[in-house]
Amino acid sequence: MHSRSNDLILKTTTNIIVFVILAFSVNMLLSGHNAPGGGFIGGLMGAGAFLLLYVSYGLQPVHRILPINFTYMIAAGLLIAILTGAGSFVLGVPFLSHSFGYFQFPLLGKTELATAMLFDLGVYLTVIGVTMTIILSIAEDKIEKEVGEGN
Amino acid sequence: MTDWFSMVVYICLFVITISILLLLYRAVVGPSNPDRVVALDTIGINLIAITGLMAILLDTVQLNDIILLIGILTFIATVAVAKFLEKGVVIDQDRD
Repeated sequence: MHSRSNDLILKTTTNIIVFVILAFSVNMLLSGHNAPGGGFIGGLMGAGAFLLLYVSYGLQPVHRILPINFTYMIAAGLLIAILTGAGSFVLGVPFLSHSFGYFQFPLLGKTELATAMLFDLGVYLTVIGVTMTIILSIAEDKIEKEVGEGN
Repeated sequence: MTDWFSMVVYICLFVITISILLLLYRAVVGPSNPDRVVALDTIGINLIAITGLMAILLDTVQLNDIILLIGILTFIATVAVAKFLEKGVVIDQDRD
């Protein structure tokens, strides 16, 4: 089963395409206010980029490169979403009220910043965390069984 | 949109539909599993073409993200199935 094969084309293609998918994922996250997209589909695309890394390089090398515990990412996303909702209590408005404002930036010009973006960021992190937790749990389950049978 | 232009788009949609039907035949009766994988990959690419033609027909730019999305999903799915056919596992533990 563990044949030593050299997947040069797959690895080189992955190195290029992962950046494209991650950029597309962040683009989906940021453009979700006025166009199709948003936190959910952006999170799924980010999980697709991580999945492509895992398929191409294996479990342990990606753990060395990206030491991310995706379970904590679920908690961080939910915490960001809850804090975005609870931040409206500071200003004395109902829960999950959002506001927006126009700001001047040196390179972007007049930009609209909305606090709904922070809630979308929480959705994004939660979707990536849930998807990668499901996929990696299934993959690690099979590996632990093989190690147990080997011992 | 002129009449002949929408007629060209409809003809292209008809031809791609025939292409998808022929690929579906290959995906159903394909003798081996790699035949089915290649057929499904090409069905995904034909879906990209249909989405682009529908974006032309509906005169919208909101479908452009969907085209890139179908391309990425088709690539990841094909790589995963090819890895499974080759190695037996999709995500293996250690590869150096």
